[in-house]
Amino acid sequence: MTAISDTPKAGFRLSMLIYDTRYRSMTIQIIALIGVLTAFGWIINNTAQNLDDLGMKLGFSFLQEPSSYDINQRLLDYDSRDSHLRASFLGVLNTLVVAVLGCITATIVGVFVGVLRLSNNWIVAKLMAFYVEGFRNVPVLLWIVLSMTIFIETLPQPRDFRGDPPAASMVLNDSVAFTNRGFYIPEPLFSNSLGNVHLFGESSLRFDISLDLMAFLVALIGGILAARFVKRRADHIQETTGVRPVTWWQRLLLIVVPVAIVFYALGLYLGYPALKGFNFQGGIYARNSLIALWLALSLYTAAFIAETVRGGILAISQGQTEAAAALGIRPNRIMSLVVLPQALRVIIPPLISQYLNLTKNSSLAIAVGYMDITGTLGGITLNQTGRALESLMLLMLIYLIISLSISTVMNWYNNSVSLKER
Amino acid sequence: MTDIGYVRTEMLPEQDAPSSAVGVVHWIRVNLFSGWFNSILTILAIYFVASLLYGVLPWVFKSSWTAHSLNECRESIVAQYGEGATGACWAVIRERYLQLLYGFYPSELYWRVNLAFVGLLVAIAPVLFAGIPRKVLWFSAASPFAIFWLLWGGTIWLPLSVVAGFVLGYVAYVLVSKPAGSLAGTIAAFLVPVLWWLLLAAPVASGLQSIIPLASESVESARFGGFMLSVTIGVTGIALSLPIGIVLALGRQSDLWIVKTICVGFIEFIRGVPLITLLFVASTLLNIFLPPGTTFDIILRVMIMVTLFSSAYMAEVVRGGLAALPRGQYEAADSLGLDYWKAQRLIIMPQALKISIPAIVGNFIGLFKDTTLVSIIGLLDPIGLSTSIRANQEWNGIIWELYGFIALMFFIVCFSMGRYAMYLERKLKTGH
Repeated sequence: MTAISDTPKAGFRLSMLIYDTRYRSMTIQIIALIGVLTAFGWIINNTAQNLDDLGMKLGFSFLQEPSSYDINQRLLDYDSRDSHLRASFLGVLNTLVVAVLGCITATIVGVFVGVLRLSNNWIVAKLMAFYVEGFRNVPVLLWIVLSMTIFIETLPQPRDFRGDPPAASMVLNDSVAFTNRGFYIPEPLFSNSLGNVHLFGESSLRFDISLDLMAFLVALIGGILAARFVKRRADHIQETTGVRPVTWWQRLLLIVVPVAIVFYALGLYLGYPALKGFNFQGGIYARNSLIALWLALSLYTAAFIAETVRGGILAISQGQTEAAAALGIRPNRIMSLVVLPQALRVIIPPLISQYLNLTKNSSLAIAVGYMDITGTLGGITLNQTGRALESLMLLMLIYLIISLSISTVMNWYNNSVSLKER
Repeated sequence: MTDIGYVRTEMLPEQDAPSSAVGVVHWIRVNLFSGWFNSILTILAIYFVASLLYGVLPWVFKSSWTAHSLNECRESIVAQYGEGATGACWAVIRERYLQLLYGFYPSELYWRVNLAFVGLLVAIAPVLFAGIPRKVLWFSAASPFAIFWLLWGGTIWLPLSVVAGFVLGYVAYVLVSKPAGSLAGTIAAFLVPVLWWLLLAAPVASGLQSIIPLASESVESARFGGFMLSVTIGVTGIALSLPIGIVLALGRQSDLWIVKTICVGFIEFIRGVPLITLLFVASTLLNIFLPPGTTFDIILRVMIMVTLFSSAYMAEVVRGGLAALPRGQYEAADSLGLDYWKAQRLIIMPQALKISIPAIVGNFIGLFKDTTLVSIIGLLDPIGLSTSIRANQEWNGIIWELYGFIALMFFIVCFSMGRYAMYLERKLKTGH
């Protein structure tokens, strides 16, 4: 018998970098790092050289120059003498407006459709399947452009509301007007308004906070917290005595009454849009680009959310329902106490990515002329100043921040509802 | 003896189920009118469908196929169906369908696009269906270059010199791995083709072209458009994003910290920004990133960006499949003594990819739909063309016919992809 003579040598040879598993992973990583750094260096070098040839210097001072373009749908005051930074800021707000509105409506429609698709009513289930397949398989850009075109081509012009008899009329007791320029709806106004708080002076990020809105929010949140306290107490009583006190009317009053008091104290009334000159004045004006984008994004994303919801409910095994029924729980309580809490865990992670998709798809606003961040910073500002590199870097950074914030918040929510395992 | 008054000695014949429990009536009762709430829903739904059909069907069929403008269309419909009749103006499709399919591709060269499309179908057939002879896969491998040449035209030596790079890589691997081991062979198989493509391919192609001129009429990218453009970008993105996505997913799952960080950074960056910003980069910035004086084709730039975008999403899907695989599979592969790549190729990937088929195809569908975004940076895909057709004086004001046609085409492609995924899932299902 021969002993194993191939004892490991103590010395270090260069070939061990490749053939020794202890060092090989290090070698591969360092080669990868060098490759990536080289590629970056090459790109940066090329960029510097190209910018030099064009006589441009990298810098963000162009953001302080006057933008000299108008933003037609905006939340804050703005005119064309304001800076590009101000325009971008309003663009971000517009992106957030359509993203939030879209997420809310898409969730409502999606849950509705997803549940109805599981209905044992054959025709309703088929209709919902038709809706889901139809919207999922056609590009969202087409839906956006189509809704915009329909609004422009089929809705009456503001001047059609004039004349005797007028060719078009307002709906809902003369309070809402659908025109081919946009929708006019009543706005809440306050006769004893608390006024605004002005923040950030004259800078590009200045904005006003309406104290009326703050008062409303404080009343609402306070009411909700109080209602939650009542619910907790009812839970406690149920756990100790086994009898649940009837509290729904207390909770409802706790939410409604403070809000009503605030509205009464502030003197709430509605400002109706009215035809003046060639256009409507007063009320909230939502341009048809916003409405088209909102509608198309909501319906498109709702089709995906519906599938998510359906999958989540189907993922809960039949045994759970049967076990709950065996315990004597009533059918609607089975849904709310047993099936939905478990389905939610399956639904939320894909729901997060649908919200992210909707937010990213809102950048298609540029196709219908809604001035979101892509339309301002990535569109007109970029074309006017020629600062493609800086504008696009900033644009991507903003989207990254928005995406990361949404996923952080939703992941936090997901963790709070997910199954607590060992 | 107990007194039994009556004992039945033979079984009664079976009776039919009551008429309310079989057949159409039973089906309607269970599926449509099983309670007051369901009945209301059914009636509402029937009313909705009926009114929809009542509105749409006359519009679809009381139509005009032969006109050259929207006004002419309306006049001919009124002339045919009486005063006040409105109907679809399908004439716009009849007049512009070639444009919607081929863009501004020279009409005498349409056969090249058609041939390329047939080639594409033949090439993907063996990938999609197991019944096709495996030898067709050689055609699939060669088809990208043939299709490129058919679509863009120009000298045949350019695609051939690109193919030569792959051949050189294989030769280098065989030559180097014999004496110096497989790792050195792999490195050589990477380096040699890259050097060939960067330094030698273009001069060799133009040299060969001047010696043996073999060229077809070249078509510039600006003339590409319509569904042909969507399919070109979509298929390229689909074919390239899956392998890149698998590599990225493996990188993200890897133990190597630097590789993992690079992959995570890339994936999260791409997933955090909308595709349109990447397309803006393609249209305005990509030339700035390259050495001065380089210009390359806008369609190629868009393809690169779409592929990168899609591969990040693909990586996440594949990672999901990898994570769903039981730990035991990895350990079993290790205990068999397989190295990393063999374990991935023989054990892990086939199962992980099978798990993620629905999501992968979902990504493909998303990518194909996303090709419409190129209309925003000025390429004439179907949506870009629809805008230009509607800007035309003759067809100004046309909505449903045009968008309906485009939507239908996308629907057919995307829906069939989804159905294929379901078929594949059923076929590969090994559970009970």
